[in-house]
Amino acid sequence: MIKRAVDFFGDERYASQRRRLFYLVLVLVVIADFLVPREHAEYLWDRLPGWSAVYGFGSCVLLIFVSKFLGHQCGIMRREDYYD
Amino acid sequence: MTDFVHPTLLFILGALPIPFLRGPIGKAYLLLIPALAIVVVLTIQPGNYGAAQIIGQEILVAKVDKLSIVFATVFTIMALIGMVYALHLTHAGQHVAAFIYVGSALGVVFAGDYLTLFLFWEGMAFASAYLVFAQGGRKAVAAGFRYLMVHITGGVVLLGGIILHGVATGSLLFGPIEGEMGAAAYLILAGFTLNAAVPPLNAWLTDAYPEATVTGAVFMSAFTTKTAVYVLARAFPGTELLVWLGAIMALYGVIYAVLENDCRRLLAYHIVSQVGYMVAGIGIGTEMAVNGAASHAFAHILYKSLLFMGAGAVIYVTGRRKLTELGGLYRTMPLTVALYMVGAFAISAFPFFSGFVTKSMVVAAAGQDHRALVVLALTMASSGTFLHTGLKLPYYMFFGTDQKLEAREPPRNMLVAMGMAAVLCMAIGVFPQPLYALLPYPVDFQPYTGVHITESLGVLMFTALGFVLFLKSLDPENTISIDTDWFYRKGAKYFMWLAEKPLARYEKAVSNVSETAVLPFLHGAARTGLRIDVAGVDAVVNGVARSILRGGGALRRLQTGVVTHYVLAMIVGLIAAIVVFAVAWR
Repeated sequence: MIKRAVDFFGDERYASQRRRLFYLVLVLVVIADFLVPREHAEYLWDRLPGWSAVYGFGSCVLLIFVSKFLGHQCGIMRREDYYD
Repeated sequence: MTDFVHPTLLFILGALPIPFLRGPIGKAYLLLIPALAIVVVLTIQPGNYGAAQIIGQEILVAKVDKLSIVFATVFTIMALIGMVYALHLTHAGQHVAAFIYVGSALGVVFAGDYLTLFLFWEGMAFASAYLVFAQGGRKAVAAGFRYLMVHITGGVVLLGGIILHGVATGSLLFGPIEGEMGAAAYLILAGFTLNAAVPPLNAWLTDAYPEATVTGAVFMSAFTTKTAVYVLARAFPGTELLVWLGAIMALYGVIYAVLENDCRRLLAYHIVSQVGYMVAGIGIGTEMAVNGAASHAFAHILYKSLLFMGAGAVIYVTGRRKLTELGGLYRTMPLTVALYMVGAFAISAFPFFSGFVTKSMVVAAAGQDHRALVVLALTMASSGTFLHTGLKLPYYMFFGTDQKLEAREPPRNMLVAMGMAAVLCMAIGVFPQPLYALLPYPVDFQPYTGVHITESLGVLMFTALGFVLFLKSLDPENTISIDTDWFYRKGAKYFMWLAEKPLARYEKAVSNVSETAVLPFLHGAARTGLRIDVAGVDAVVNGVARSILRGGGALRRLQTGVVTHYVLAMIVGLIAAIVVFAVAWR
């Protein structure tokens, strides 16, 4: 069973099924975020349904590109023999 | 003392017979000691044990309270899991080092005074350094020496702080540091934050852990940083500086993880990131925040060791560690993939996994304390955590481009150890109450609310969307990243250059000067000295000697050998004495 589950995420033949399942989950998460009761809202964003999705996506993109910018443009990434 | 067995004693004395035990008995013994230690810690009673006076200082070997019990519990559980994972090793050295390492960590966790703490603090550094050296090879030995140097330096700073603190307060008992932060407090804080890998003192961790042995890195991922979290929680709760250091740390680790190509170094950067949550929680210092930090340390030890065990299994089987050289292993190692992913879901704080019930407590405490920026920073770090440990690392290690590597599942003991950690990661996520009951303060926090679940899933699933869309940008590259270890790694090179080039040239110049100017002067001075010696000093000495010789000749002529002459001389002497007595004395 474990092998089948792992194969589902790896094998090429399940690629389209995987993609459909993934987008379905994304939609369900956003819908659930709109439906869930919000009685305790501390901050502005706590009252915005779908905020976490936007923030998660934004964080991910920001982290990727800021890090790669620092790595490539600010000289953090070096050849592997840099210290030799 | 009879009702209290110090778990450190179990491990340190228990390490002695290890080299002499072989085969099944040896293996059983390696598991028996951690199992006994778990029982000891579960039945331990809060209180003070082993108070004594040494060189006029109060010593308290063990101070047991709820905070120390939380850490001791997870340390002993982790010791058992780590030993199961390392059971196939035949070299006793690593087992002994691991036992001493765990024992020292427990010694720190129960230390009631600074001297005991410092003793075990150094014990940890040396025992864990062995786990790096044991890997062998030039890179590991160099990294081990750097690791040791950094920790010894940190230890000296800590000792300096302890002495200043002791002189100022008159007591070396270990507890919250109160009042104004002085030099002593800052030195102690620096020593503690070094072991917690707070930037800029973080680079020793990401430098050394990936170079350690497969099994050694599992132990290292668990103990050093978390004992540092414990001592910070004990001494510096509510220190504002730590809130910001923690928030920066959480993001720092995540940013470096994007750039990393070595699988265990990537995980090591996530230790930095995760310990950031704990440090921030301690800095906030409210009951909920300290609870959050302690529970997150508990959960972290289990899922991080699981991740290190998964990556270690891949290294053990394939001998490769770079993401650029790995891929396609899911076909041959499905169990390892599944177990690794449990750890990945736990660190990413998916609902029903351990991170969900602990990390959220720290974030909620920051929210309650009206720290919006900290909440946003920690949430962003959560996104980065899933991006790397949950998506990037497994994708490039197990899926991705098939490198056609020959692989199989790792030895059964490794899988069992991973299974134990995985079960605990899920059990804590589903039933958080037993963990909450262990925490130092009463817990008034409900992780499973509708909003919390949908918000967490929103952040995580849309992070996954970002990963899918920008996968090409995340492709690992054959590089290393410069961290703060640059200062001492390049610094050491510059120092050696300084020693070899300018200093050597200076030494040459000095010897030139001495040959051209100083030596002739010295020669001249020596010749003058000789002349003075011959003409002056010798003449005086010879003159004195000649006079003595002459005096001796005269005396010899006085000695005639005739008794009457001597008698006459005696009588003359006697009369002279009487005259002197009669005239001069009176």
